[in-house]
Amino acid sequence: MKTLIHTPIKRRQFLAGAGTAALVTGFPAVLRAQEPEAIRLGLVHPVTGFVSFSGTQCRVGAEMAIADINAAGGIQSMNGAKLEAMLADSQGRPELGASETARLIEGGATGIIAGYSSAISLATSQEAAKTMTPHIVDVGVADNIIQRNLENTFRFAPGFGSVANSAVEALKAINANGDAKTAVIIHEESLFGTGTAELLAKELPNIGIEVLEVIRHANPTRDFTNIALQLRSLQPDLIIPANYYNEYVLLARTLRQQRIAAKGIYSVLGGAASNLQFVQEFPDAAENIMDCNHWYDPNSEVAVQRRAAAEEKGLFYTYEIFLAYNAVAFLADAIERAGSTENEAIIEALNASTWDNHGMPYGPTVIENGQNMGAQAVNTQVQGGEIQVILPEEFASAEAIFPVPA
Amino acid sequence: MVDPVILIPSLINGLTTGALYALVALGLTLIYGVLHIINFAHGAMLMMALYGVFFLNRLFGIDPYVALLIVPPAMFAIGYALQRGIIGRASHGRDENILLVTLGLSIIIENMALYFFRSDTRTIETPYSFEVVEFAGAFVPVAKVVAFFGALVTAALLWAFMSKTDLGRAIRALAKERKGARLVGIDVDHVFAMSFGIGVACLGVAACLLMPSYYVNPQVGYGFVLIAFTTVVLGGMGSFVGAMIGGLVIGVVEAMGGLFLGDSLGQFGIFAIFILILMFRPTGLLGHKV
Repeated sequence: MKTLIHTPIKRRQFLAGAGTAALVTGFPAVLRAQEPEAIRLGLVHPVTGFVSFSGTQCRVGAEMAIADINAAGGIQSMNGAKLEAMLADSQGRPELGASETARLIEGGATGIIAGYSSAISLATSQEAAKTMTPHIVDVGVADNIIQRNLENTFRFAPGFGSVANSAVEALKAINANGDAKTAVIIHEESLFGTGTAELLAKELPNIGIEVLEVIRHANPTRDFTNIALQLRSLQPDLIIPANYYNEYVLLARTLRQQRIAAKGIYSVLGGAASNLQFVQEFPDAAENIMDCNHWYDPNSEVAVQRRAAAEEKGLFYTYEIFLAYNAVAFLADAIERAGSTENEAIIEALNASTWDNHGMPYGPTVIENGQNMGAQAVNTQVQGGEIQVILPEEFASAEAIFPVPA
Repeated sequence: MVDPVILIPSLINGLTTGALYALVALGLTLIYGVLHIINFAHGAMLMMALYGVFFLNRLFGIDPYVALLIVPPAMFAIGYALQRGIIGRASHGRDENILLVTLGLSIIIENMALYFFRSDTRTIETPYSFEVVEFAGAFVPVAKVVAFFGALVTAALLWAFMSKTDLGRAIRALAKERKGARLVGIDVDHVFAMSFGIGVACLGVAACLLMPSYYVNPQVGYGFVLIAFTTVVLGGMGSFVGAMIGGLVIGVVEAMGGLFLGDSLGQFGIFAIFILILMFRPTGLLGHKV
């Protein structure tokens, strides 16, 4: 029988073919081997649960930073190694935040960025400390996060001690004419709200403002009418809320419904008064509210560009976004200077950091016991539907309106 | 010391807030009390209905009260289809399966909401959002007044439906004696699905009346579902009048608790009631032994 196709492969042809095949299939591996290994960063945020809006904003901010750094060539001192996000959801629960942190570290995270709320940040930093993994607190403001002397834990943004001091100093300046003599503090019941309220209650009498009542509420609170009624009875000159976004929105709506008139609403780390979404959705309720909070420098080109980039993605440029962005960029700068992913080297670089490409109204970056001492909150006020910086003067875009028009 | 001047306004606020709780509980008392289905997806379905009201308003400018013509029928259809297509089939008639299926449904619904709508808190502003009615020294928001009377009307309609219509009688028959109902020719699967659909439609009503004064996000149901279960237990399982009274009592207890114990401890009273009722009157205020 005639063979239709007869192509015997000779030994030499086989070797040549096999060699070519090996070269073709193996070459990308050679290329891959030349590419530096990605540096993994663990992002632990409450993207579900009662603070999921804020947690999601944090995650977005951190991912934007990673994308920008990679687009700019990655970590130059490590042959352009790219950053890679490892994501985890704490669901708003500290114990879950801690277990997720452990999982990410076991999975090769070089550093951890966490955890939006103070309670979660306490747990995640404690967990990261077991392996001395560098941990950057993005938003959590409780002072004891930093005061535990954990060598791995850093915060680029201010803590509530610093914010409360700024709030009191700024209020003293805003209230120079002595229009406000009494205040009621309304705060959420977790570490952030309680700690802030305690500091304010202690400091406000020193600037001539009597604290008539400190009212604590749960998360979530479905109805604020009772609190509004108490305010009507107490008739304070100032209402000082310190709570998360959902509760802030309900509180502001209820105050308006119940015709509660004060000389001013002065939030401290208020969940909504420095939130563009709140201002856009409730322009009337938001008008003239003042806030001492995290906010970007309106005169910084870097900050304005980042805001534009976030808004291009259809996002509200809230403080969670820029604080988480800066937490990642602060860590990336340290890795760049360390030229290593070794924990000790990164921690040393973080301690020596003078990073200034943050777009924030901060002083020079100086790290003391993990805290950026240059960080400070600013005072904002909603004027004409825009969030304006009113203090400190060097960053101000408008003057304070106080007492607010009836 | 609480100022006596705010006692009456606080009481009125408790009653109006309680009416909202009753609204959410009405559907649950039908599903849980009559059909003995522990619907863990109740909160998630409330969230779904609230998103429905929100998007109708945001995209088409439809007022939440006009949405009463759209959302409750849509929720009825969803409830009917879920019971007929998923819960009924997957449960195989076993209560513990129903519990797990509804729990699974709640997880799916919430995560889908998170995926599609993100975790943003959304609110709507209507011409009457900040309108109030002055009554006995209290400023009662118009939205809450409407919700209060809406809850009363819904409870009365449900009571009349269950007492006076053939379908209502069939539902009650099914609740009491499932085999017997089947033997007399009642289409059990259909009546089950109708009951579930009506219960879910109640959430549609609740959402339309709630949205003008509240917000929606994927987690919003959590805040209501436990209160709704407590309301049903307090009022008596399957009793619409009981759910109404239970909701009002819980609203007042919460308001007074908040006033005297502080808002952080205000809910203490609700769960104290829950435990006391289970200990001393497990059938609830208007319930009866089966």
